[in-house]
Amino acid sequence: MAQAEAPHVVAPQIGETHDAAGLGRARATAFVLPALVLIGVFLVFPALWTIYLGLTDYRLTGLAAANPQVVGLDNYTTALGDDRFHTSVWLTVEYVAGSAVIGQAILGFFLAWTLRGHRLKALIEGLVLLAWILPGSVVAFLWLALLDRDEGTLNAILHTPGFAWLLDYPMASIIVFNVWRGTAFSMMLYGAALESVPPSHLETARLAGASTFQQLRDVVLPRIRGHVLTNLLLISLWTFNDFTTFQLTKGGPEGRSEILPIYIYNVALSGGRLGFGAAISFLLIVINVVFALAYLRLLRRRST
Amino acid sequence: MTRHTLGVLGRSAFLALVLGFFALPLLWLASAPFDAHPSITTSVPEFTLRNFRALLDNPYALGSLRNSLIQAAASAALVVVLAALAAYALSRVRVPGRDALLYLLLLLSSVVTGTAAMVPLFELATRLDLIDTHLGVVLALSGGLLPAAIFILKDFMDATPTSYEESARVFGASPLRILYDIVLPLVRPGLATIAVWTVANVWGSFLQPFILLRDPDKAPGAVILYTLYNEGGAPRLDLISTFSLLYSLPVIVMYVFVSRRYGFRFHGGIKR
Repeated sequence: MAQAEAPHVVAPQIGETHDAAGLGRARATAFVLPALVLIGVFLVFPALWTIYLGLTDYRLTGLAAANPQVVGLDNYTTALGDDRFHTSVWLTVEYVAGSAVIGQAILGFFLAWTLRGHRLKALIEGLVLLAWILPGSVVAFLWLALLDRDEGTLNAILHTPGFAWLLDYPMASIIVFNVWRGTAFSMMLYGAALESVPPSHLETARLAGASTFQQLRDVVLPRIRGHVLTNLLLISLWTFNDFTTFQLTKGGPEGRSEILPIYIYNVALSGGRLGFGAAISFLLIVINVVFALAYLRLLRRRST
Repeated sequence: MTRHTLGVLGRSAFLALVLGFFALPLLWLASAPFDAHPSITTSVPEFTLRNFRALLDNPYALGSLRNSLIQAAASAALVVVLAALAAYALSRVRVPGRDALLYLLLLLSSVVTGTAAMVPLFELATRLDLIDTHLGVVLALSGGLLPAAIFILKDFMDATPTSYEESARVFGASPLRILYDIVLPLVRPGLATIAVWTVANVWGSFLQPFILLRDPDKAPGAVILYTLYNEGGAPRLDLISTFSLLYSLPVIVMYVFVSRRYGFRFHGGIKR
């Protein structure tokens, strides 16, 4: 019965769509809908709501909690005049530039470069990857232990007992921490990129007397330029949104390592100023959009 | 010749430094859990397994691992099922504006991070009565992971030939039957990838459970570990060290599994 019917159904389909299983529009919609609803409620809606909340004086408790008022752009003008916000923006720039753009990208590249064909490749790659895949809470404590004032391993090695790294140099500490935490991605990406550089070209350059620096500049860099840009955009975006260092310093002492994600948490969820926090979140989203659009454009240009 | 020697020396020195830098913080995780007198300082342990008993004494330690498991497994199930259905439909049926939709969703998921959306997420969970529920954490995390999951799975679906589905259809199989019996086995590696990726992401997540759960009985390992070393008083190092190790173990096992199987050439945004 079915056999008699089937060719009749299949025939008109082949030319126009790839709908090989005969799903049809209605069922296809039903398949896509649950995912779209979940994404809509827990991703799209929060993004839009951020914009609205950022225009109100909404608070976690008190009068403005029961009856929030729309205050227009007040939150944004308040932020612009707020020293703590300025400090936070500046610290965020330091953090992203120091730990991602300079730290992870450069260390990742030189690791990938020096590890080519090295016998310790598996061991070192494994350790670098381990730092990346371990849960954030675990690595945060490992670093608290390493940098501890009284009994920290670092002070024991350097013979600097009582040196309070996290209190005296909070920014330097979280920058080095994030280099340790995130270099793996750059290392893997550059590792893959370097495979696209033909060894014969490097060999030719070497025989012609090119120094390592000249080889890197003239042979390697032109071939991996796209990867460099991709890498910088992605690690900047991730580092910019990273909350792990909260578990290390909570933004302290006295806000001296309070990068934007931690600032938002401290102001909105700890301090109860939800409306103000939402306004800052919106700024964060806008900056994210710039990074993401640049990245997607890059991908498109490469695929076409 | 001297330049060559210097190069080798420089390379070795650089790698030795890197090795020390990456190994140093990790040593504590390997030594302290088995040390009879665990301290903050890394040292060669006086071997014992007694520390693991501290896990049983703490009322939240083992329960939090169960919570992590519940949240990770539920998210993985939800993400795999919803993403597979959506990816299949989007791969096989020409929906108008499909590519633009996928593009937009992927953009959104990388832009609306947990950090950027913490205020509305907290509000949303409060109004939907999802505070202090596993469901709240699962939905919030799944919503963020789904776009990338659909994107990756659609690639898998696009790469599978449609001829099997066509012949099954000739023999009168219903679309759901075809999906279950023919497409599913073909894209199983893709589904496994997404499941492992989701579990790894949820297992390590700190921010979302931290703001959505008040009740320590519901909190996952990430949050309990944080409270273990942040509550006042001297931290109990036997407990923290053994718990850290136990909580990290599934991630390490998954990593070894994935790298053995697929060579760990993860690319572009698979881990965020």
